[in-house]
Amino acid sequence: MRSRPNAKASPRAGGTAGWPLTLGAVAGLLFLHVPLAFILLYAFSTEEKSFVFPPPGLTLKWFAVVWERDDIWRAMWLSVRVASISTLMALILGTLAAMALYRSRFFGKEVVSLLILLPIALPGIVTGISLRSAFNLLDMPFSYWTIVLGHATFCIVVVYNNVVARLRRSSPALIEASMDLGANSFQTFRHVVLPNVATALLAGGMLAFALSFDEIIVTTFTAGQQTTLPIWMLTELVRPRQRPVTNVVAVFVVAITFLPILGAYYLTRDTHESGGSGK
Amino acid sequence: MSAAAPAIGMPSAWRRVSTALYLRPGLVLFLLLTPPMLWLGIVYLGSLFALLAQSFFYIDGFTGQVVREVTLATYAELFTAANIGIIWRTAGMAASVTIACAIIAFPIAYYMARYATMRTKALFYLAVMLPLWSSYLVRVYAWKLILAKEGIITWLAEHLGFAWLLDGLLSIDVIGGPSLSASYIGTFLVFVYIWIPYMILPIEAALERVPRSLVEASADLGAKPRATFRKVILPLAIPGVAAGSIFTFSLTLGDYIIPGIIGNSRPFIGMAVLQHQGTAGNIPMAAAFAVVPIVIMGIYLTVAKRLGAFDAL
Repeated sequence: MRSRPNAKASPRAGGTAGWPLTLGAVAGLLFLHVPLAFILLYAFSTEEKSFVFPPPGLTLKWFAVVWERDDIWRAMWLSVRVASISTLMALILGTLAAMALYRSRFFGKEVVSLLILLPIALPGIVTGISLRSAFNLLDMPFSYWTIVLGHATFCIVVVYNNVVARLRRSSPALIEASMDLGANSFQTFRHVVLPNVATALLAGGMLAFALSFDEIIVTTFTAGQQTTLPIWMLTELVRPRQRPVTNVVAVFVVAITFLPILGAYYLTRDTHESGGSGK
Repeated sequence: MSAAAPAIGMPSAWRRVSTALYLRPGLVLFLLLTPPMLWLGIVYLGSLFALLAQSFFYIDGFTGQVVREVTLATYAELFTAANIGIIWRTAGMAASVTIACAIIAFPIAYYMARYATMRTKALFYLAVMLPLWSSYLVRVYAWKLILAKEGIITWLAEHLGFAWLLDGLLSIDVIGGPSLSASYIGTFLVFVYIWIPYMILPIEAALERVPRSLVEASADLGAKPRATFRKVILPLAIPGVAAGSIFTFSLTLGDYIIPGIIGNSRPFIGMAVLQHQGTAGNIPMAAAFAVVPIVIMGIYLTVAKRLGAFDAL
């Protein structure tokens, strides 16, 4: 019995989806992105005591207010410094781990890859309270470095994932050719391996930066009295003072984290697995 | 050639080191792995052990000081009715959020994997990835605006005539409340919204791996599209759903920000941890509470592994 020559019989490439499916997919995407539009809208609201909809009027003055606020600038600067140093550490440690693991087989390799994954597989609060307990046991005071310690730990896996994906896709013949032509290991690393993984490194670094810049769960436990930008936002959310000011800051946070992610996407768009499977 | 020429005559120090390393791949592996393993071993595993250790200490009820003696007293205290309630509340929320995420994510993932053109797929992919990587707090905050009593949902309800529905939902006993932003419905909505990208991507990856020939074979053998979907595509998508559920479940278990901002302030595990270590200063109790999600995730991962979740990650 032959199947009827019905184009709809099997979903195939280039086929068209039924309207319920298309509707479901589009509605899902809207669900993901429309809420952010309200942040933008309320950043211009003249009402500062409540989230009344529709906003009674629109104004630009909150942007000026934010510009004048020292506490916001200090929080932003702390976040940028933490994210930069954490990213740098994650880049070094993640690349080393990727180079060690991408083609070798050894006893305990599974354990090593699990250890790299663990900081993001377990809930953030576990990482946070663990670090906090350790600082407590060692009588370590909170500082800039206690924040970095936490952030670098969960950023390693991001860099690792990106670099390992690139290394697996590049041909080992390139390295052999380089050695055959007389380059030593260091020259090969410098002139062959490094240029090959450069964009993956950049992408991993950008994602790590975005992740760290935005992190709140672990930071709450490791920051002590210090205020990073997400911690500043959280305090404002719990005890709002000027609500539109928080909105303006939120718009900036979205911009600052979206840009590196977009960049990372374009750098690794041929490696499909780059982004999502990571976090 | 020219680069090699001088090296043959007089091997430089670098070359000698290079050769020595080349002959000892084990040493290279050791040198490469030592820094990351030291970091993760000391900073991360060390801290996890510190956490475990603290959970076996107890707090002196009289002085309020942590007593560094091994005891199970803190764990015994963990199993009081109030704490069991917190654990059940959190696990129940995590389970319902996971189910809702799977239902909403499936059509998106299915559309991406089967019907989207290259351009649309890239667009969808980016649209799912951006919220996954960024602005967690901002996205939670967006819902505070939307769900507020004076916010857009109430406004829409009044203008489109479904205020009765909203009031009806909010008057339901446990899940309702004075406004959406102070009810479990709100907490649930925000959890689903925040974690859904983690569900979409693994399902999409699993669906993408279903060979087209399999679907065609099913059709050739006379299966209607509905039957093909139910008997071929859906079973093959299960590992993806299981992989995604690891994230949605684990992330909901440990979150304390969302129920703190949106909800009726009845505690979840994360909030209990934060409260015990912060205001109460009872680090042993906080540590014992933090062990709960680790244990639950351990059980969950074992089940997920059976369902093939790790192949779909």
